[in-house]
Amino acid sequence: MPGLPAFAIPRPVARLVARLPAWPPALVLSAALDAGTGRIVPREAVEALTGRRFALVVRDLGLTVRFERTPSGFRPSGRAHAPHLTVSATLRDFIALALREEDPDTLFFARRLVVEGDTGLGLAVKNLLDGIDWPAVLARVPLPFLARIVPR
Amino acid sequence: MSATAHRPELTCPAGGLPALKAAVDHGADCVYVGFRDETNARAFEGLNFDPATLRTGIDYAHARGCKVLVALNTFPTASGWPRWTAAVDRAAELGADAIIAADLALLDYAARTHPSLRLHLSVQASATNYEAIEFYRERFGIRRAVLPRVLSIAQVEHTIANTAVEIEVFGYGSLCVMVEGRCALSAYATGESPNCQGVCSPAKAVRWEPLDGGMRTRLNGFLIDEFHGDERPGYPTLCKGRFDVGGDVYYALEEPASLDALDLLPDLVRIGVRAIKIEGRQRGPAYVAQVTRVWRAAIDACTAAPRSYATDPAARAALARLSEGQTQTLGAYSRPWR
Repeated sequence: MPGLPAFAIPRPVARLVARLPAWPPALVLSAALDAGTGRIVPREAVEALTGRRFALVVRDLGLTVRFERTPSGFRPSGRAHAPHLTVSATLRDFIALALREEDPDTLFFARRLVVEGDTGLGLAVKNLLDGIDWPAVLARVPLPFLARIVPR
Repeated sequence: MSATAHRPELTCPAGGLPALKAAVDHGADCVYVGFRDETNARAFEGLNFDPATLRTGIDYAHARGCKVLVALNTFPTASGWPRWTAAVDRAAELGADAIIAADLALLDYAARTHPSLRLHLSVQASATNYEAIEFYRERFGIRRAVLPRVLSIAQVEHTIANTAVEIEVFGYGSLCVMVEGRCALSAYATGESPNCQGVCSPAKAVRWEPLDGGMRTRLNGFLIDEFHGDERPGYPTLCKGRFDVGGDVYYALEEPASLDALDLLPDLVRIGVRAIKIEGRQRGPAYVAQVTRVWRAAIDACTAAPRSYATDPAARAALARLSEGQTQTLGAYSRPWR
């Protein structure tokens, strides 16, 4: 059984977060994705995402992070254009997915992970993330703080 | 049955290197994989192995006593024949312990070109009787056959008793209409099928549309299903859709369900099943780790003390949690009627 306990963000927090600007987390995420390009995932796999817009909806946090891949890297994107791929889950389930404690299809079957838009793009991203060999990455890129939290 | 019994091999899926490592680390005897093209029946976007990654995976598995089987189980198209033979050559060069194939010509090519390469007959060949399996053995020297999920335990036993080929059966995973190698439903809706293109319901043809508190599934425009309340969706395949038939909407072909044969493990061991296969190369490392762990413990417990084996309720619950659909079933294995 997954070790991450079930939890949900209190509603007042979600109401507060929903009022805050979403670009700071989008900026941080974009910088992190750029940092991982070519180091954690192959550059050509990331470049194949160029021109695609994404939205991560953290349901219980009231947060929607919009970003896109441009020829020069990831950057936050606005609401003007609909994302090609929207993925929604709770904060707990996003963390469990990142830690590989939960399988994406398992959460999908339970309707806890919702995918809208370009399903082919969603599958490609899912398999890209599932294919990251964290022990090998950490052997190449010495990031001690990551070694304590990433899945084995 | 003796106090201890022959131990079937546990054959686990891997769609990528982390899943392969998860299978090996949690006790798989064999891991089955595919290349990144239509030579295997899970040719999904971003899934599977390039040659360098498979080399790493084979080294990892072999260092820990685990075998690696390469699925080359689609049917070559006339124009694509060199891609399939090249995949056979590549599997042999990389040191795969066997290839899993279905096509007669590809089996023939492998047997002639790589006589020392072990051949397993894929479920995609839909060989459901020992006469067919013996034909493949006599002609191509296959060493193992994976049985389609349409036979009862008695029929599996009868097959095993009449062939020299090792028999592998499915133990756990998503079910479909089980006419492997011959199903045209996906091709009808999308033009692509597992048989030649290696993909059932290609993701590019799938759309999940939100409904008020629910979800609607379309495959290339065809409305397949709607989900409301706590209903659990399955994979977006035509066979698992709900359709309007004569004014009634229901699962016209089959309800999404997962096979879970844990309860039948003593029978599978007793009748001489040589390997038990876990479905799911499309699933992630977390699934592979959890299912492999459960089945490793169950097989070890069953073969150590077959008479006293009983399915651990926690194991059953762990598998149910990972399952597609609302039900877990013994499938065709348990068929009290004749």
